[in-house]
Amino acid sequence: MRLHLLALLAKEPAHGYELKQALEQTFGSAYPSPNIGQIYVTLGRLEKDGLVRAVDVEQSNRPNKKVYYLTAKGRDVLTTWVDEPTEGPRVRDEFFMKLVLAPLTGIADRMALINRQRRHYLSLMSDLNDLLSRTAPADSVAVLLIEGAMLHLQADLDWLARCQEDLA
Amino acid sequence: MSVIKTVNLVKIYSDGAVPVPAVRGVDLQVEPGEFVAIMGPSGSGKSTLVHMLGGLDTRTSGEIWLDEKRVDTLSESAWALLRRKKVGFVFQFFNLVANMTVADNVELPALLAGASPRDARERRQSLLGALNLTERADAAPGQLSGGEQQRVALARALANQPSVLLADEPTGNLDSRNTRDVLRLLSDVHKDGQTIVMVTHDARVAALADRLVSLFDGAIVDDGRIARRRTGTAGEVIDLR
Ligand SMILES: Nc1ncnc2c1ncn2[C@@H]1O[C@H](COP(=O)(O)OP(=O)(O)OP(=O)(O)O)[C@@H](O)[C@H]1O
Ligand SMILES: [Mg+2]
Repeated sequence: MRLHLLALLAKEPAHGYELKQALEQTFGSAYPSPNIGQIYVTLGRLEKDGLVRAVDVEQSNRPNKKVYYLTAKGRDVLTTWVDEPTEGPRVRDEFFMKLVLAPLTGIADRMALINRQRRHYLSLMSDLNDLLSRTAPADSVAVLLIEGAMLHLQADLDWLARCQEDLA
Repeated sequence: MSVIKTVNLVKIYSDGAVPVPAVRGVDLQVEPGEFVAIMGPSGSGKSTLVHMLGGLDTRTSGEIWLDEKRVDTLSESAWALLRRKKVGFVFQFFNLVANMTVADNVELPALLAGASPRDARERRQSLLGALNLTERADAAPGQLSGGEQQRVALARALANQPSVLLADEPTGNLDSRNTRDVLRLLSDVHKDGQTIVMVTHDARVAALADRLVSLFDGAIVDDGRIARRRTGTAGEVIDLR
């Protein structure tokens, strides 16, 4: 969450609770509802690393609140994050390892592994179908996220079909 | 009581120099209201299987039962009669009647199955509406895009409220908006009890099914339910890494 908070602070200084609200507003339902405690812990670490700094703001009738702002070092870290290409999806995943190693173990054959994995992916896809139909079109960030997940799953399924070709 | 039952169903094409075994001993049973997706590599016999289920291709050996009636032994004309009432078909390479409007293409199967003109018209209007095709009702099929033709073919297949909808790649040409309409219609008719057997590579469509049958080299290599599990928001269901 470190970089997400830095990105929000690049816009304007904010205190912890405002950051929670900003995350919710920006992502809609695409972000698991952020935990305020986790936000404060993260802010504490960012402060220790010199990426943000905090000032105490006095409030009448209430304890002071800490408003955080981005330091020059924080901005550098953020810029690097945004500028560098993001890693691609992980293809050498757990399933790939099982598939390759299966004949050695003699526990399951590849055809059975592929078939089970296909049904598992379709069951994930079915969850995404439900999710998409329950998501308001106005929640556009969430819609993009869901559609992205669907396209990834479709690619995973196509790849399973490709693996199966080798069993002929 | 099964809607569809096959016993050791075999198809060997022997029109070429060497016989091609396309379907090798398929036992399949589909219960009323079930939605079965069929997947498998190209050439694994998916089209051949559903064509035989709809009586569009003859079997080499084995049995086919439709609504508890043995149909593989029927004459071609008896099959044609039965098909009007009981089967809706969407083909991989769709064909609509070229010299009839979209509206007539969709209405005709209902009329042939014995619906009153009024019921046929209402059914047509609701299907075209659901697939966002109302404005294309008076067009000829040749004036439609591939995706539009495919949706008309689906509306036509559903027009006579068949015992079973057989579909072969019904979403091949659709963009995301149109796929959404098709997904919604399929899921609605399925909820209303429509039995569906559908060949598809599209995971979004296959995921609507209750059950997945995987074909490989003409045989069923997997047959099982598609589980439905998680609920929650996008942020909870999809990992943000
Ligand atoms: N009319 C025909 N004459 C001879 N062989 C045929 C005929 N139709 C299909 N075949 C062969 O039968 C096998 C199964 O074909 P089928 O069309 O059922 O596959 P499919 O699973 O639908 O493939 P695709 O995903 O490409 O549509 C293939 O080897 C194909 O070449
Ligand atoms: Mg085919």
